[in-house]
Amino acid sequence: MKKRLVIVFLLLLAFGAARVPLEQHLDAVHQEAGFRTARIDLDLRSKISQMGFVAALSGFRSFVAAVLWIEAHTAWERTEWGRMAGLFDTVTTLQPKSALYWDMASWHMAWNASNSALDNKDEPNEFLRRRAQRQYFELGKKFLEDGLNNNPGSSHLWERYAVLLRDKFEDHCAAADAFLKASEIPDARSYLPRMAAYEMTKCPGREQEAYDLLKKLYDSDPGNHVPSLIARLKELEDKLGIPASDRIPSEP
Amino acid sequence: MSSKQILPPAFSVHRILVMAVNTLTELARLKIFYFLLIFALLVIGNSLFMASLSFEEEFQMLKDVSLGAMSIFTSLLAILATAMMLPKDIEDRTIYTILAKPVPRFEYLAGKLLGILLLLAISTAVMSAMFFAVLWFRETSVIADAQRQMLGADGALTEEATAYIAKVQASAFNTNLIPGVIVVFLKAALLAALTLFVSTFSTSAIFAMIISIAVYFIGHLQATAREYWLEGIDIAWWTRGLVAVVALVFPDLQAFSLADDIVAGNAVPLGLFLQTAGLGALYVGVYYLLACVLFSGREL
Repeated sequence: MKKRLVIVFLLLLAFGAARVPLEQHLDAVHQEAGFRTARIDLDLRSKISQMGFVAALSGFRSFVAAVLWIEAHTAWERTEWGRMAGLFDTVTTLQPKSALYWDMASWHMAWNASNSALDNKDEPNEFLRRRAQRQYFELGKKFLEDGLNNNPGSSHLWERYAVLLRDKFEDHCAAADAFLKASEIPDARSYLPRMAAYEMTKCPGREQEAYDLLKKLYDSDPGNHVPSLIARLKELEDKLGIPASDRIPSEP
Repeated sequence: MSSKQILPPAFSVHRILVMAVNTLTELARLKIFYFLLIFALLVIGNSLFMASLSFEEEFQMLKDVSLGAMSIFTSLLAILATAMMLPKDIEDRTIYTILAKPVPRFEYLAGKLLGILLLLAISTAVMSAMFFAVLWFRETSVIADAQRQMLGADGALTEEATAYIAKVQASAFNTNLIPGVIVVFLKAALLAALTLFVSTFSTSAIFAMIISIAVYFIGHLQATAREYWLEGIDIAWWTRGLVAVVALVFPDLQAFSLADDIVAGNAVPLGLFLQTAGLGALYVGVYYLLACVLFSGREL
């Protein structure tokens, strides 16, 4: 039996030598298709419990992420924003390919936590409240930027990024670019080019680009003849001095 | 006149099937399927709790928890049920009755392995059915609510409602979940074959379980060990030797952890799925053959 055990061990090593190139190849194929990209390292270990880390190492990443997300939801109900931010960081590290986690983490930080910081009754100093609000905006932005690094093909995340830049940072030029980026992705919503054009109208120096895009949308589909688009187009026609013959007809 | 002796065939699929069905029946009598009730409670309970979340969060949680639980249950089932098969047959002396007949040992092992694979296949199928049923039920409920609340003045669905429903459908069931479930089964099948191999040289069920569970954990780090061995990372020679042994001896179980990324929305290309399934089948085949080599020389 001992002799057989030695033979079997040698066979196991030979099998290992034969399959390692296969596994290397399969690993590359998996990574190319967006699988097995999460980094489970000591940084993650410092964020989650030992059991959670072992579970993540044992192939239950998504399960651990779901449990931590539920924990974050409970923290939300108790408005523990700092704890939520930490949990979101861990969840997104465990599941970097889930656009939903990045989106929700950013939304909670940039909208809910920032509002809560501004309304903080325990902080009488308005400057400090506003600074805390700004920090949550930045945190929300960071979540979306990291999410986009991991999911550059997510139209939804680009759209959420554009909305954040528009509503929280009032950076209309960057918002226009993000909306444009979102609109170029195959599963994009049909209204995104319109949103991009609206932001361009507020971006100094890009009025002509905004006009061209709005006109193209107006000419291409009667469904785009919505009041907001027409109003902006007319505004730009006046601003850019468009000849009367090229202007759109006045709505009855 | 010479009397003609009829010899039984050296190999019989029928004999293997009989032993497989017998193994499955034995395991069913041990009330192993009761764990499915726990799974049902987990999925349904999770679904009820998640109803307070947005539908996207709810579906994501449901998929994460269900596929994660399926992976835990099938892996545990594969290791525990397989580890006790041989010791139990030896203890009950059933093995002597079987092997005293013209049944080759490789057929006996094939029957046992096939029986456990059937058990895993049935368990995976039942858990998948429960998971998909809950997912379908919640999807239908969310859509019905949307239809009730978002009807236009003419009684037809508004454009907004149609877009919302499409979003709900996209967030709920998608066909990529099916390869995800199959990969969960493949991982369990690999673990069953591995545990069968371990139990051919182990002295007790406990020993086989401990070794298999240890291999399970190390197997999930095999890819990291392989990277350290082959990618020219600066480490001491003896560390390189150690990680090389880990990479050569242990299976790469991370290759079968695709469900984590599938629930995040990753699509599974057919080629990738077939290569992963091929690797799983190769592992099962090789561990079975190694088990046969050891078991054929074991004194019972």
